[in-house]
Amino acid sequence: MAFDYDKYLRPGKLPHIWCPGCGHGIVMKGLIRAMDTLNLKKEETAVVSGIGCASRLPGYIDCCTLHTAHGRAAAFATGVKMAKPEMNVILVGGDGDGTAIGGNHFIHACRRNINMTYIIMNNYIYGMTGGQFSPCTPTGAKASTTPYGNPDPGFDIAKLAIGAGATFVARGTAFHANQIDKLIAEAIQHKGFSVVEILDDCPTTYGRRNKYKSVIEMMNRLKDVAVPVKAAEKMTAEQLQGKVLTGVLYKDETKPEYTAEYAKVIERATAAK
Amino acid sequence: MSKKVAFLQGNEAAAHGALYAGCNFFAGYPITPSTEVSEVLSGELPKIGGKFMQMEDEIAAMAAILGASLTGAKVLTSTSGPGLSLKQELIGYGCIAEIPCVVYNVMRGGPSTGMPTGPSQSDVMCAKWGTHGDHPAICLVPASVQETYEEIIRAFNLSEKYRTPVMVMPDEIVAHMRERVVFPEQGEIEVVPRKSPTVPPEQYKPYDTSFGDVPPLAAFGSGYKFHVTGLNKAADGFPTTKASLVQAEEERQVRKVDANVDDIVTFEEYMLDDAEVVVVAYGSTSRSARYAVNVAREQGIKAGMFRIKTFWPFPDKQIKALAGKVKGFVIPEMNLGMCSLELERCAQGKAPVLGIFRVDGEPINPDQILDKIKEVK
Repeated sequence: MAFDYDKYLRPGKLPHIWCPGCGHGIVMKGLIRAMDTLNLKKEETAVVSGIGCASRLPGYIDCCTLHTAHGRAAAFATGVKMAKPEMNVILVGGDGDGTAIGGNHFIHACRRNINMTYIIMNNYIYGMTGGQFSPCTPTGAKASTTPYGNPDPGFDIAKLAIGAGATFVARGTAFHANQIDKLIAEAIQHKGFSVVEILDDCPTTYGRRNKYKSVIEMMNRLKDVAVPVKAAEKMTAEQLQGKVLTGVLYKDETKPEYTAEYAKVIERATAAK
Repeated sequence: MSKKVAFLQGNEAAAHGALYAGCNFFAGYPITPSTEVSEVLSGELPKIGGKFMQMEDEIAAMAAILGASLTGAKVLTSTSGPGLSLKQELIGYGCIAEIPCVVYNVMRGGPSTGMPTGPSQSDVMCAKWGTHGDHPAICLVPASVQETYEEIIRAFNLSEKYRTPVMVMPDEIVAHMRERVVFPEQGEIEVVPRKSPTVPPEQYKPYDTSFGDVPPLAAFGSGYKFHVTGLNKAADGFPTTKASLVQAEEERQVRKVDANVDDIVTFEEYMLDDAEVVVVAYGSTSRSARYAVNVAREQGIKAGMFRIKTFWPFPDKQIKALAGKVKGFVIPEMNLGMCSLELERCAQGKAPVLGIFRVDGEPINPDQILDKIKEVK
């Protein structure tokens, strides 16, 4: 029997705004399957985003949804989670929103290790504004603001998250759709700040400028560059050149979680009263 | 039974006033000259099971209180000039998404880093015009430590009642001076609760105007599911670009304050009955003004003071009425003429407005005001 996505979708809100060939819808379906696997209660789940194409996702999900300002999802979500730690808090957004204007909030949410899951849809571009380069645009790539090729080096979101203190970091791709729900479900179950980067593509503003002839070609690239972490263990550095690791990249279950730590602050304060 | 009293600084009084109002979530970022609010609340909030967060920056602090408020928490942040500039982005979010919150801003010299420990009153325009777009604005300007305590409570009440951000802006003198504070008994000052929905979750719309200009706000995690966005939205909370809806929503948001000025605007009239010269003053400057008015009276000059307690919405009606009766206004303020612009607007040319503008980090003294009173012919 086909999976019933309607269970977590808001009635009457489709069609979504995403272009044909965009990976965001695949990620949304993965998120919904993960929510279903974990049987998350819609009334007790907050889905929080910033600004951008990916950040429109919460509007379609039938939960407590908060579409904030550009880059601020992690900071709003921190307020929600701290005020109501019993809620499931899931953040969604794009690479520009999360690592440029929201970079500071992102790294500090990682540092606190607050029990939330951040799904970053990385399509290497600011799609909604028409294809300007983001901190994840590959060096040399064309964007509407890099007509001579991008001079900037890009961020490795997973390394950034690990370095900043996130305790669960995973990566998937829009091509490997069947893996997305599993990564997200594991991330949500993890007690701490979890980051799931999903590589996807923007055929409209990135593909066209960078000589991709079709969405299929872009999807095939995702298929080709992805190497599961297990498989990578058996590969040489040479073989891994130009590849991207996928799967659960990092997991630390020893670092204290922030809302639990603050509960201890309350205990100490009330004991001292 | 005698009441509890304490010798407190304005910032400390603000923190205690917030607790009286039921504040249970604070997020801030260290900044002079308002940090004492954070210091007090970091100790007091956990004692009552509340949450104190020191965020990574001013914007994050504003975001965190808005997020917390959506779960039903009563929230506060504190800051000063440069922090207020940063918070403006999300103060606008609070206005359009209609999320109650209180922003306590101590006015120091500016622009930019300016004079972090020097007093100023140069943020009053920022309270109304700082964030982009049309939006409601409520800003309270206390003149004493006791009043700071009480105005914070009123700010929480107005914020919940009108479902909008409210600012409390003492100048640095009020924020850092110490005075005797008499604490009200529990229940002595009314604490206004948030209007909760009466309809079941499946019928709930976060901006349903059939409940009036201030629709009830449900809490995340209370059984209600709804959408919140910074985009122009329809009654159901979802984005819309439909011209008639956007126009109506924008007008309603501003009307929440404009139609209720008599409920919001507060002021003090001092020796105004027969006054020919009216000193309009606010914050610590009003303390010099009161002294100057007393001396003027001793010298046979019919002077009085109109003390602004609510800067926004501006007391238009009261100033317009005075303008028809007096020979002139004197406005001392620690900026280069901000309140004076509002006075001129309301005076409509019926009475001259004489300003005393000081931005050197020193308070305006009574002699300066007295001299100006004497210039009114």
